This record gives sequence, C-alpha cells and structure tokens, in this order.
Amino acid sequence: MQAFSQLLDSLILTPGRNAKITLLCDYFARTPDPARGWALAAITGELDLKTIKPAMIRALVSERMDEELFRLSYDYVGDLAETVSLVWPETHGANYSPTLDEIVDTVQDTPKAKAPELIAHWLDRLGASERWALLKLVTGGLRIGVSARLAKQALAKFGGVEAGEIEELWHGLDAPYEDLFAWLSGDGEKPAPDMSGAFRPVMLAHPLIAKKDRDDPDAINPDMITPEAFAAEWKWDGIRVQAVSENGVRRLYTRTGDDISHTFPDVVAAMEFDAVLDGELLVRKPDGNVAPFNDLQQRLNRKTVSKKMLSERPAFIRAYDILHHGEEDLRALTFRERRAKLEALLGTSPTDRFDVSPLVEVTDAASLNALRNAPPQPEIEGLMLKRWESVYEAGRPKGPWFKWKRDPFLIDAVIMYAQRGHGRRSGYFSDFTFGVWAETDDGHEITPVGKAYFGFTDEELKELDKFVRNNTIDRFGPVRMVKATREEGLVVEVAFEGLNASPRHKSGVAMRFPRFNRIRWDKPAAEAETLDGLKEFLSYSEA
Amino acid sequence: MRSPDQLLHPTPAGLYCPVGDFYIDPVRAVDRAVITHGHADHARAGHGAVLATPETINIMAARYGKDFTAKRQPTELGEVVSINGVEVSLAPAGHVLGSAQAVVEHKGLRMVCTGDYKRRQDPTCTPFEPVPCHVFISEATFALPVFRHPDDREEIRKLLHSLTTFPDRAHLVGVYALGKAQRVISLIREAGYHDTIYIHGALKSLCDLYEDHGISLGSLEPATLEKGVAKEEQAKFAGKIVMGPPSAFRDKWARRFPDPITVFCSGWMRIRQRAKQSGVELPIILSDHADWDELTQTVRDVNPQELWVTHGREDALCRWAELEGYSARPLRLVGYDEDS
Repeated sequence: MQAFSQLLDSLILTPGRNAKITLLCDYFARTPDPARGWALAAITGELDLKTIKPAMIRALVSERMDEELFRLSYDYVGDLAETVSLVWPETHGANYSPTLDEIVDTVQDTPKAKAPELIAHWLDRLGASERWALLKLVTGGLRIGVSARLAKQALAKFGGVEAGEIEELWHGLDAPYEDLFAWLSGDGEKPAPDMSGAFRPVMLAHPLIAKKDRDDPDAINPDMITPEAFAAEWKWDGIRVQAVSENGVRRLYTRTGDDISHTFPDVVAAMEFDAVLDGELLVRKPDGNVAPFNDLQQRLNRKTVSKKMLSERPAFIRAYDILHHGEEDLRALTFRERRAKLEALLGTSPTDRFDVSPLVEVTDAASLNALRNAPPQPEIEGLMLKRWESVYEAGRPKGPWFKWKRDPFLIDAVIMYAQRGHGRRSGYFSDFTFGVWAETDDGHEITPVGKAYFGFTDEELKELDKFVRNNTIDRFGPVRMVKATREEGLVVEVAFEGLNASPRHKSGVAMRFPRFNRIRWDKPAAEAETLDGLKEFLSYSEA
Repeated sequence: MRSPDQLLHPTPAGLYCPVGDFYIDPVRAVDRAVITHGHADHARAGHGAVLATPETINIMAARYGKDFTAKRQPTELGEVVSINGVEVSLAPAGHVLGSAQAVVEHKGLRMVCTGDYKRRQDPTCTPFEPVPCHVFISEATFALPVFRHPDDREEIRKLLHSLTTFPDRAHLVGVYALGKAQRVISLIREAGYHDTIYIHGALKSLCDLYEDHGISLGSLEPATLEKGVAKEEQAKFAGKIVMGPPSAFRDKWARRFPDPITVFCSGWMRIRQRAKQSGVELPIILSDHADWDELTQTVRDVNPQELWVTHGREDALCRWAELEGYSARPLRLVGYDEDS
C-alpha cells in the first residue's frame, strides 16, 4: 500500500509524460503480482469495487466530525478522497498497512453492509497519504493525471513491445493481468485471449482549427481540403458506438469501451452481420428522420428498457466505418477501401436499424465552411473530414481526421446568481446562473435559463468575483444573488451548442453545453436577450 | 468593565485602540503602531512610532532602512508600557525571531492579539506562551481540519532523502526570506547536514541578522556565478541545496541550475492539488503558523470569554468555537497575505 500511495503521489507531482512513464515502469519492475496488476487496473479505470460508493465514505466522516466543518474543508480541497484522508482522526500507535491484493480481495469478499466498517478499520490504521490512496482505490476515478493510454505506453516500455500490441490485447485481458506481466517480463508467452465480441480501441478526430489561429499547433490550412485528399460526412448529434458481431457474440460499446448492449436490445437484435462497425447511435423519428439528442438521452443509462420506450424512441446506427469483416481485420486498409467494404455490406440493403452515413460532396474549404453552419437537418452538428488514405488508428492521431463543428449559438444574458467554486477556485465565485427577460403583465422579469462555470480567463474570474462581492443582494447558503434589474446588471455573451424544450425548467428550455464567450461590461442589462428571442433557437434544434 | 469593542475594533487601517490611540499591525501608515512581527504584511514602513520587540525593530530596520519610523520603542517580552492609560505588553508568539502577541489591558479588560503564531518547537525563536484573557484575537491562516502539519524532522528528512536519490539535481528550496529560511536551515543542520547551502541574495541580510542574534546557520554561500565563468561551474550546484524566495525560482535566475527539482516548504503543501498547481515536485509541509490542532488547543489553553478570529479561514474556527461553547466572531480584517 505504501508503494502504491507513493506512486500516486509522485505521478500527481511529476510533470511530463516521459517521467511519468519511467515512474510506472519502475513500479511494475519493483512490485510483485498481483499487487502491480491491481494498481494497473486502478490506474486504467478497470477496477470496479462495487460495494464502495462515495456517499458511504461521506457517511463515515459525518459520524466522526461536524458536517459544517467537513463541508468547509471539502469546499477548500475540492476532492472527496483527499479531504477525507486529511480530516480523518489520527489513531495513535496504529500502523498497519494492508497490501493492495489484501485490500482488493477483502473488499470483494465483504458484503455491502459490512463495507463501511472495513474501510473505517483500515483508515484508522493508515497515514494520511495511504488513506488517500486507499480511498482513491476503492471509490475509483483516480484523477492523477495518468490516462489509460499513458499506462499502456508504460507497459509497452516495460516489456519492450509496441503500444499497439497492448491496446489490441487490452479488452481481452482481466485484472490483475498476471499473464500480461509474465509476457512483458519475458517469463511467459504472449497472452492469446478469446477476442470474440471484444471492443476495439477507436479512432478519434481533432477539431479543425483554421490556420489563422497561428498560435495553435493543431491549426491546418483550409486550402489543403480538396476532393482528392478528403472525404466529408455529416457529424450527427448522437453518441459514438462500436457494434461488434462475431462468432455469435453481439455487443454494443461506447467509444470508451463501456458495454451498453442491454440498454439497446432493439439494435443488438438487428446485428445480422459478422463484422465490427463504427458509427453514431441515434433515435429515429416517426417520419424516418433523426430525433433530437434529447430523445436519445432518455434511453441512455437505463438498466431496463420498457416496450413503450422501444416503440416511441427506436434506436439505430448510422455506420461510418468497418473495422473487421468476418475473420478479416480491415484496420490497416485505407478509408477509401474500408468505405467500399462498408457500402458493400450495408449500402445495398440499409435497414431500419443500420444505414451508412452519406458522404458530403467536397469542392473547397469555403463551401464546406458554409455547409457546416447551415446543415440540412438540425441534428447535424457540423462536418467530419477524413483523409481517403487514412488507416484506422487507435487514439487521436494528428492529421488524418478532423471534426469541423458548427459555430456555437450566442446570446446576451444577465448574471443572476453566483456560487463559489471548488479546489483552486474555492475562494472565488466562479459558477454562474444567468437569465434573460421574460415579458409579463408587469413588464420584464428576469428568468434563469442556464448555468456556466467556464469560458473566462483567470483575470476575468477575479473581476467577476469582485462584481459578485460588490453587488450581492441576498445569500442562500453558498449561493449569492446579485443585482439583475433592467437598470443594473452584468451582461455576458453565452455560447451554447443547442437548445431543448424542457418542462423541468421554469423557462421551459435547457441549453446544451453553455459557457461564457465574453463579458459585456459595456452593455446595458435591459438590452439582453428576451425569452421569446431565445426560444427561436428551438426551431434550429427541434424543427 | 467596558465592552471589548470600545478597547479594540477593526478599521480599514487595521485593529485600532481608540482609548490608547494606537493600531496593532496597521496596513497603512499611522501615528502609533504596535507591531507583532517583522513580516511585510504586518510590519510596514512609515509609522510615526513603532512599539515592538528589539528583534522585530532590527528586522524592520534591515528591511526598510534605519528611517522606517520616526520613533522606535523597543520593548522586551513581558515589559509593560502605558500608552494613554492603556497597558500594553508583548508575549512570545513562536512564529519567527522577535514575534510577539500584543496584550492590551484597560480597566480590568484584557485582550490578546496573537499576530501570527505556532505552538511547535522552533530553534530560531522563543516558544508561544498562552496568556489568560477576556478576548482572544487569533489568526486563522490554517483554520481548517485538513491542515495538520506533520512532524518537522520527518519533512526535512524527505528533503535530505531526495538529495541522495537525485545526486545530480540541484534542489531549489522555496522559502520565505524571514523566518522560514532560517528555520529550515536550522532544521537541516540539526538533521546532520553540514554542506554549504547556497542562498539567493534576498535571504542574505536576514540570515546575517539571525546569526547576529546568536542563531548559527552553518556554511552559507551566495547562489551566484561570476559573469563569464565556464558552464562546467554550474555543476557545483548538483545535488546541493539552493534556497530562495519561491518567486525567484520562476525567474530567469533559476536557469543556471542543473536539472533542478523544485521544493517548497509551506503549510499549503498539505494539499496535493495546491502543490501541483504551483509546479512543486517535492512538497515539504512546514509552516510557521499554527495548524488546526494547535489553533483549537490554544483556544482551550487560553480559555477566553470571547474569541475573535482574523485573517484566514474564519468560518471554520468560528464554527468549531460555537460547537465547543465559546462565543466567537470573525473580524474580517483586510490586507494580510495568506502565508508569509
């Protein structure tokens, strides 16, 4: 446990990928099985000890200290595991450090009702750093600045193999990965797990940034977008999925590899092919067109799905790539070749559940730019550009694929409430609720329409914080209400990606992905948007 | 007995005593000031008269020049001085050399203002003494239950351990120039490290002043290189301790050191994200302020009728006091830095 907590501590404080990879390699070399495998599982997010939830940890603390003092501490630190590890009362003379495998084994063998007692027992015996590592381990979500990808690169370096080999095997392996470590240490054969139905790591696109933003290293020259070099497709507003159907095994995965087959039995039942497809999961409207994202959202994260739901919101996949066909791995082929295979598989007989994402004609950058901002359907959020010659590469390689999203919508709104942030921002009012003017019989009334907590610089945050402190008219716990009248109020330009009708909100609308675009210190509050004006954006989203 | 607010109350210039017509640690130039210790946010130049310990007076003269005030009034710990009928004395605070609590007494009402303080042993200054009083005005820099400073010697061991683990890297240790620098050097010497420690120019005069007050710091040399010396000369800093104010390490000045590792000695280093955000690779949790346990223990030791809480996290200490049955209020004085 001590070695693991020191590893996490060093990973957090060490800048630079290479130094982190070195730390991980050293740890893998020094630590025996199965502890290193459990550590790897924790770092890659594969360790899921279902019995322990953050709420349970909070309950343990509230038995030991005042709620208000805990709240102030948590506000300041901003991380639950770290706060709890620091405020946990020290027991003198108690020092027993369980090993990683002892922790994992014991937690897995402990019934849910006994779990709090077990965790408290360990917390009483560990030092502050180890308490933190234990809580990180058992609650998941380490947030230590190491991605699963970086961990796999460290494994590759440790074993002297290509990172791609690890990526490829990964979804066929299980913690604590003893066969993997045996291979990488030269003490065993390369594992050959049954990959039927396994998730293949997906290829992601970079945002396209026009060359005029010269400071951005990802910027490209739009002139290079020619019909010879690039294919274009619409970027549909659904969720990215991978449909795997091989040797009788059918699975539907999110782009991070979460298995969501049980949530979409309608799609899984229609996987009448022997292939691995990459595509967008969408919901179809009765007229056959794509339904707003909101409809898809109703179907996500459900353990059971009702018949009514299945018939009212039928899901389908708009496929844009093919990774495997039968026994054949197609990922080393070019996009041009894969596209032909995809069209051969689905293009001739599209079904209600599977069709092919149509290509958009490429002439030049200027006409594509116009298209991305005026797409033919509201459920399109821009364009995808893919090089005809690109192979299917795991991760987010620079150059082959670009996403070119529609420009965000902009409105002017007035700040109504502010709340203090967490962690680094704990001293600042950094979470803002803003509103627009609703016309009533008594004139204009400000109505909240959204919340945003980024889009401003650190300098602007200081100014916003000062504004809140100087213009507070009421307080509700951590929330400050600020002046927001026709005569006095701070106007901010808010950018957002779309607007949905929402009966749950007083305004009747909910914004997608709102953030500050700029602060309009100059603009009179009375000139901010009206609710009717805002609702006009609904027509873009729900035509 | 009069109400405590009539004897001391907060003003924009600082904590003011209308009866005695003086301020404690004013943040602006005033006619008469009582200064608890030499840190810049508590001790400013330009007051008409300054009452402080002789050490604090010397520190102010070293920082601001000999004309930092029109009239000096050096006062030994325990000595009682009458200012317009108000009895003022100084009690040790254990924060830095010369640091004191201001004890103010009038017509049977005694109020103690701690300035900054800590309770743990420090080889460079006189330990804190609790003074029984009616109103106790406590600092609250680290007044959250998450702040529990670990053992000093263990923390210094982390630094010395890193020197042996990375013998080719210069260890740039960020410390405040007054107090923290000299305490860290003393602790390093106590731990048995006697190599030369290289110091930034901003530390020199205060290290000399500590030496003059009988606090031996061992071999110190300026962390500078003559212009035009060969690059190889830089190698002399490899595996050595280089100390300076944290700001200097973000400056061009720091480029001369081979493969530096940044170390910062502060109570804030208890919070990982705080260390990470300031780019610190080796956080050393070491503070000249009382941690949560010391703050709460001190209130219990002094057992005042009323607790006033100033600069820092007032809310948490007031909440604790309320739970313990003390009458408490935040003062919300402005103008003091988070940690110095």
